[in-house]
Amino acid sequence: MIARDPAVAELKFRDPARARALSDTLGRVVDDIGRAPVSVMHVCGSHEQAIARFGLRATLPRTLNVIMGPGCPVCVTDVPEVDEGVALARQGVRIATYGDMVKVPGTVMSLADAHAQGGKIDVVYSVAQAVDLARQIGDPLVFFATGFETTAVATAAAVLQNPPANFFVLSAHKYIPPVMEIVAEMPDTRVEGFLAAGHAATITGWGVFEPFVARHRLPVVVAGFEPLDILAGLVKLAELIRDGRPSVENMFPRCVTKDGNLRAQEQLWRVFRPIGGRWRGIAHVPNGNLRLRDEWAHLDARRQFDIDLHQLCDHAPPALVQECICGDIMAGIKSPTDCALFGRQCVPPSPVGACMVSSEGTCKIWHLYGGHPDLGGYGAVCAR
Amino acid sequence: MCLGVPGKVIEVNGLLATVDFWGVRKQIRLEVVDEPVQPGDYILNHVGYAIRRIPSSEIDATLALYEDLLALAQTEDDLMAADIRSEIKGARDDRA
Repeated sequence: MIARDPAVAELKFRDPARARALSDTLGRVVDDIGRAPVSVMHVCGSHEQAIARFGLRATLPRTLNVIMGPGCPVCVTDVPEVDEGVALARQGVRIATYGDMVKVPGTVMSLADAHAQGGKIDVVYSVAQAVDLARQIGDPLVFFATGFETTAVATAAAVLQNPPANFFVLSAHKYIPPVMEIVAEMPDTRVEGFLAAGHAATITGWGVFEPFVARHRLPVVVAGFEPLDILAGLVKLAELIRDGRPSVENMFPRCVTKDGNLRAQEQLWRVFRPIGGRWRGIAHVPNGNLRLRDEWAHLDARRQFDIDLHQLCDHAPPALVQECICGDIMAGIKSPTDCALFGRQCVPPSPVGACMVSSEGTCKIWHLYGGHPDLGGYGAVCAR
Repeated sequence: MCLGVPGKVIEVNGLLATVDFWGVRKQIRLEVVDEPVQPGDYILNHVGYAIRRIPSSEIDATLALYEDLLALAQTEDDLMAADIRSEIKGARDDRA
């Protein structure tokens, strides 16, 4: 049963005339490209939320595929990373993490399951709260740190603020630009351009995408989160594809500059170093994972605790997770509706894959907003 | 986690700012933001940290999306509104 939010139908574009004009332009530009279908990828859960929330797909040309790539930070947190958190919790160490992380299945169980079995798990909204909690309790507290640039910067700032000696970081932070390279190099990829996320680019600046564009000859457009921002970003992206002009365009200048937030970058790279590692379901991503530098070894949970994954995982029964196609969905090769588990064994209250757990996961978004292409009358203001 | 939330700075005390998000006042950290922040400014909050000072000419356009979502999506089931609410909740209560 797919839930539909009655409020969705009431929501109109703030400027319907502009939405209609953008939608018409987009249709013309995509026609001009002269091939079908044309596929572009965004790499941001909030973009997918806005696209689904405002029914944007109903206003897009039928020959344009807008695919959600690996843009959900919870979803790409790898199974062994969840296992590390679970193992620590079962070893009696207190864990604090963001709310979305606790239900993500590991090899044997999620952090929520570990909690049900007596593990000490605290949900926090900010790393600053985890530091406060460590100060209050005095016992060791491990912050299971997940997310992209935007949350990694907060973790870095907390590390640089002299946290108490009982505060540790288990970093599963990920860095977006390298995974775009992986998607661009996948043999099956159909992606002809990327829509980059506005708030992550607030940190990195749009200049970070220039080497990618030069290497892969694929355009990148930085876009905001308003439905009109996204439509305008898609128009620009389609124009760049039509004109065979691979470049970076910033369609979100109210938040994003070329250089980004240099103070944030300085803190980020002072605390973290990029290393290669797996993203759940995607691939090994060179330089895609952020780990604490040696200077911060005293805060690094991986170096300060003996995390016993063997005891946790060696006798694990095969799980439904084996059938989950989250990886192909995040790589843009498949859709949630291609998955045999979607909406059946895998639903938000009992997710099998990470994409059904997070509010930014493609499967949860599609499940809640009624999926695609059956959008009914949703937001189809410009189509009418 | 991808979507920051804008708020209005009420008071600055060292590296902490009291910020108003639609009537809810929270303490936001200023270690990361790259420009000086003073009362009256709007900042973009991300998990309790300001990541950008929003230029005054851009405030209305920035607030519009959030106001639409918060006004029209009263249900807890709305993912985007829920993410925005949890970002607001994420910051520490203002106990100043």
